[in-house]
Amino acid sequence: MHIVICIKQVPDSAQIRVHPVTNTIMRQGVPTIINPYDLFALEEALRLRDAYDGEVTVLTMGPPMAEDALRKALGYGADRAVLLTDRYFAGSDTLATSYALSQAIAKVGETFGTPDIVFTGKQTIDGDTAQVGPGIAKRLDLLQLTYVAKIASLDLDQREIKVERRSEGGTQMLKSRLPCLITMLEGTNEIRRGSLVDALCAARSQVLKWSAADAGIDDLTRCGLRGSPTVVKRVFAPATRAEKAAQIDTTEKALRDIADELIAAIFTRQPALEHELAFNGGA
Amino acid sequence: MSTVNRETPRPAAGRAGIKKELPAHFKDYRHVWVFIELERGQVHPVSFELLGEGRKLADKLGVELAGVVIGPPGEATRPAVADAFAYGADLVYIVEAPLLADYRNEPFTKAMTDLVVTHKPEILLLGATTLGRDLAGSVATTLLTGLTADCTELDVDTDGSLAATRPTFGGSLLCTIYTLNYRPQMATVRPRVMPMPQRTDRPAGRVIRHKLSVPEDEIVTKVLGFLPDSQSANANLAYADVVVAGGLGLGSAENLQLVKNLARAIGAEHGCSRPLVQKGWMSADRQIGQTGKTIRPKLYIAAGISGAIQHRVGVEGADLIVAINTDPSAPIFDFAHLGIVTDAIRFLPALTEAFTRRLSPHNRDKLAS
Repeated sequence: MHIVICIKQVPDSAQIRVHPVTNTIMRQGVPTIINPYDLFALEEALRLRDAYDGEVTVLTMGPPMAEDALRKALGYGADRAVLLTDRYFAGSDTLATSYALSQAIAKVGETFGTPDIVFTGKQTIDGDTAQVGPGIAKRLDLLQLTYVAKIASLDLDQREIKVERRSEGGTQMLKSRLPCLITMLEGTNEIRRGSLVDALCAARSQVLKWSAADAGIDDLTRCGLRGSPTVVKRVFAPATRAEKAAQIDTTEKALRDIADELIAAIFTRQPALEHELAFNGGA
Repeated sequence: MSTVNRETPRPAAGRAGIKKELPAHFKDYRHVWVFIELERGQVHPVSFELLGEGRKLADKLGVELAGVVIGPPGEATRPAVADAFAYGADLVYIVEAPLLADYRNEPFTKAMTDLVVTHKPEILLLGATTLGRDLAGSVATTLLTGLTADCTELDVDTDGSLAATRPTFGGSLLCTIYTLNYRPQMATVRPRVMPMPQRTDRPAGRVIRHKLSVPEDEIVTKVLGFLPDSQSANANLAYADVVVAGGLGLGSAENLQLVKNLARAIGAEHGCSRPLVQKGWMSADRQIGQTGKTIRPKLYIAAGISGAIQHRVGVEGADLIVAINTDPSAPIFDFAHLGIVTDAIRFLPALTEAFTRRLSPHNRDKLAS
């Protein structure tokens, strides 16, 4: 079988700083990582490949430096990596991104075999939209299975897949068909430690670098800023609150007294709360 | 799925497009729609929060607010329709079919896109739930229109465009996004980000019914079963009135018990910051923040949480934030209302004990009298 997994290289958001004057992200020195949610999808793809035999192609769209993320993915054991990189993609919103990626997936399919499953992570940690996966599914007419917690069964002959899907308030058991697009839920598996062989292969193997033209994209008006229906009009830092927290003094006091003081302060500010906690809470 | 939109002429775009006028074929797109999320007979409360926002937008634009209900025929959708009117809708569109009893992407996308193409709303709002996100992405791609996810503020600009503000880069920045040359302008909003509007029972308005144009045998994906979350696993964190959460400052997974003890003593839900989920100390459905749950409790107690921006985004709606942290310069003290610089591991048991004393039956009787 052939599996395509889309990943994204993102700045490690725990270390992001915003320039106080220009309100731009200070990327310098901020390490980049594979979007953590994508690793669950990658591991699932690798497990399926190991179980059913086949190939995993990892695909990303991004600047040339996104090659690092692909090399890491190869190190985990992916068989092939494609970097979709072109200045025409700059400024893509989710619609333009899903267009470019779906075109590239179609090209990957033509070149290396039609994928049976396309994986993405649940969402990214920088954009957080969770919309690119569904966008790709719609454009490639793949059955869409989002928030998948478990692949319960897969029958390649019957082209049938059963999954457990996280939904509001429970788990849906779904039966669907290949080819499909799966967005993998977090915490569903743990990314493997790549083998030494994979590490050596990753260092040696070539990352395919595709421009828009290489990916067979002829309509550049659907890419990047031009192909994005949404326009960012304003970027600004969140307003900071004027006053800081009122501190409860802790010097030379027993913990018990500090606790009483804190509770008194809470109920002074939220008088109705004491009644609610006493009658609805605790017990 | 739909070929209707492929015929849509694409306007010249690019940066110059920002000042362009709305293409003529979009000019008759009017009114504000809110998707009323109905799953297994329950309306998700985020739909009411969206009706509250939708009402404001509709009033500013001088247009109508419609609720969109998609579900099986008969009784099941009746409460959803009544709720839509009670929370401010002027009219309700219903797409009814037996196969819409359970949520599935294919028929719901078909139902929503058909409705949009027929009745042409200018704004379409959905909850950023698992269902809403699954649906919104498909609908926007089918319609080839813009979708702004996880908005924290919605407004109408002077020219009548929807100004949708959302956090980006984990909340470090906010950006205001427009969908200028396409309709509808779509946005999702996470549960609890917007305040819950007042419910007022009003006479029902117009209800416009639609049939679904796709039969069951054309829908590939089948629902084999549904396993509801057990009561304990179903963390109703987002809608809890009181929340206690722990962060890395607790030092170990075992110490999370201190958070749970306090939560139990005051009838609160418990949660945690993102690093704890990454460490596997707590399950992802208990994560509070930009990538987890947004909460709006009356009281939020954060123990050993430093207050990274992505956590802040998820808790700012709380009426009262209490922070316990050993580091006096921790960012959490910038947005908490009450702070204590102390070790949460030592302080939490004392606080639990003090609350228990204060809320004891003896004192409770005094409160009641």
